[in-house]
Amino acid sequence: MDAILLQILNGLDKGSAYALIALGLTLIFGTLGVVNFAHGALFMLGAFCAVTLNNILSLSFTTIDPDRTDFLGNPLKVETPYVESWFGPEIGMAIIQWSVPLSILFAIPVMVMVGLIMERGLIKHFYRRPHADQILVTFGLAIVLQEIIKYFFGANPIPTPAPPAFAGSFDFGASLGLEPGQIIYPYWRLVYFSFAAVIIAAVFCFLRYTTFGMVVRAGMADRETVGFLGININKRFTIMFAIAAIVAGLAGVMYAPINSPNYHMGMDFLVLSFVVVVVGGMGSLAGAVLAGFLLGILESFASMAQVVALLPGINQIIIYLVAIIVLLTRPRGLMGRKGVMED
Amino acid sequence: MSGFRGTISRRNLLKTTAASGIVLATPTIFTSKAWSQSAFVNDPAKLGKLVLGFNVPQTGPYADEGADELRAYQLAVEHLNGEGDGGMLNTFSSQALEGTGILGNKVQFVTGDTQTKSDAARASAKSMIEKDGAVMITGGSSSGVAVAVQALCQEAGVIFMAGLTHSNDTTGKDKRANGFRHFFNSYMSGAALAPVLNNAYGSDRKAYHLTADYNWGYTTEEAIKSATEAMGWETVETVKTPLAATDFSAYITPVLQSDADVLVLNHYGGNMVNSLTNAVQFGLRDRVVNGKNFEIVVPLYSRLMAKGAGANVKGIFGSTNWHWSLQDEGSQAFVKSFGTKYGFPPSQAAHTCYVQTLLYADAVARAGSFNPCAVVEALEDFEFDGLGNGPTLYRGADHQCFKDVLVVRGKENPSSEFDLLEIVEVTPVDQVTYDPDHPQFAGGALGTCNPGA
Repeated sequence: MDAILLQILNGLDKGSAYALIALGLTLIFGTLGVVNFAHGALFMLGAFCAVTLNNILSLSFTTIDPDRTDFLGNPLKVETPYVESWFGPEIGMAIIQWSVPLSILFAIPVMVMVGLIMERGLIKHFYRRPHADQILVTFGLAIVLQEIIKYFFGANPIPTPAPPAFAGSFDFGASLGLEPGQIIYPYWRLVYFSFAAVIIAAVFCFLRYTTFGMVVRAGMADRETVGFLGININKRFTIMFAIAAIVAGLAGVMYAPINSPNYHMGMDFLVLSFVVVVVGGMGSLAGAVLAGFLLGILESFASMAQVVALLPGINQIIIYLVAIIVLLTRPRGLMGRKGVMED
Repeated sequence: MSGFRGTISRRNLLKTTAASGIVLATPTIFTSKAWSQSAFVNDPAKLGKLVLGFNVPQTGPYADEGADELRAYQLAVEHLNGEGDGGMLNTFSSQALEGTGILGNKVQFVTGDTQTKSDAARASAKSMIEKDGAVMITGGSSSGVAVAVQALCQEAGVIFMAGLTHSNDTTGKDKRANGFRHFFNSYMSGAALAPVLNNAYGSDRKAYHLTADYNWGYTTEEAIKSATEAMGWETVETVKTPLAATDFSAYITPVLQSDADVLVLNHYGGNMVNSLTNAVQFGLRDRVVNGKNFEIVVPLYSRLMAKGAGANVKGIFGSTNWHWSLQDEGSQAFVKSFGTKYGFPPSQAAHTCYVQTLLYADAVARAGSFNPCAVVEALEDFEFDGLGNGPTLYRGADHQCFKDVLVVRGKENPSSEFDLLEIVEVTPVDQVTYDPDHPQFAGGALGTCNPGA
């Protein structure tokens, strides 16, 4: 029972990341009809927004400490962050330690800019091209973006810790009256899950309860008719691309403390997120979210030693296996709409 | 007494000594001449240039390690060609190298990108041999790559001086006559770590292994498992984790449910960074199990990887081939050369690659030939010192270097971004030496050297 509860909790945070990436993918596909293979790179860029802000806040001036030496025996150069000299050591340190949550504010304009440049500069030229062309060009773009990041940040993961207030773990077992220490879950993963829930709810509310969202939904259902009404639907879809980029970017920002960001992390999530979209149903926002959490939890269960002992290798294929079963039984996915990608 | 005096006169003694010297030297002279005259692939004399092939990961997950290897190779070439401060040439026990290139040939080099993929590594090595005329290939940051490239070099008839490769198989079941490894291996990690773990954590421990699901992971798990079980530890569970895994939470949480009080992470690179980070996030280091503090062990440490794991490495034991803080003359000379040129201390990958290049050059100089079979003969059972690991033997039976092994621990209060590990013990070479037919290395044969032509 404990093990099952733990794996459900594990699946929730991974599922949160899948759901957020898949949500953006579905938004872009539903509005612009583009299969965006660079979406994982947007997730990665978000994580590196957190790294960048941390680096900016850690910018330091150098003083020489004649009493200590460096590895070559020269007087040691001591780096002191500017924020510590401006605000005092304690406040300065706290600002650096809270760089990940602060990165949300930093990432939003960055991701809007990146999204708009991607859409206006490249992807719009492929709207009327076959999906294969879109996949090739966006996949190429993803590789370019990750190589740029590798050039500036290197290939090794960069530790980006959560604020000290969220560094520990919550003992679920003890709070439920079970044996203490058996069901433990890191605070930051709970934060991530809650954050994902808020973002998903915000996107749904935006599409559901605003005029802008209503027009976008109408455009997703029938683009031409909305155009006949004199509404510039293309402009709104471009804005939706930027919103999808923000969602992916914020998912990456908050994921940074869970796994140290590296240039390849977008690719790690991309393929699985596409499977999530297909399982959820192409063009279905609710389906993407549902499938994200579902597959995240299933993946966690499949990683249990007992399951792997029974079915060797199942942990590596479970998501694809579920995708095959879902597509065989429900070809449009769990919540797919009729007519999407069926022409 | 008088008879003795009459038999061994001063003149006779000189004659006998001279004759003995000629007799003893004869095979070397003939052999050396024979090697220099026999044909071999990419003979610098025929090509009119001496090219070494540095095959390192320039892209992919180990690109930073590859970049450090490349820096070390460039430094080695500078020193061999008589530029710079000479680095370890000044401390190397063999004095065959004079900073005039190798056998009078100025050293040139080409680079390839292994991408940490066996196929890509073989393709780039093949290209360097066939198109660029490389007479020796060296480098790499993965055992899979090392085994693949070593086999290719054996077929092609060039020497392979392995870079960072820690699997037992490189000089075990997959050893080749043309291949040589200076880096230590999984068995040595286990043999060095076990006594330190015993002292620190006691002999009554229950270990849970998470192991990367590929060749290096298997040999490391086997080595650590057998070494710790021999001192009384019980292995509770061994779980293979996919190499591509990035989130290890699903593998960490079952540890909470077990009664294990030690977690051994047989992971390297990004796997190690992520699994260790996840383990700390899930509070494993704060746990008390069976009345003991829960501990984590990382058998193979790398400073570059430790940097990725940040503060999570503090207090965690592991092993390493070399560390820049060593105070011997050779290490200091290398750190000074490298640090002055690049502004930061070298990694263990850089060290092993630099040393391998010098060892190859020295073997050629001593053999008087670039012929791979002459180089093999010169390297086999070669004993040396002054290259940072103390007295070292390149064992002829398996082409593995035997030297002291460092047990390190993540530093509690690092003074800089490079000062992440502290050496807690220098394990003597005798403690990590094994027989060539040890079960963990069984199943392969060196075969005979291949000169290619």
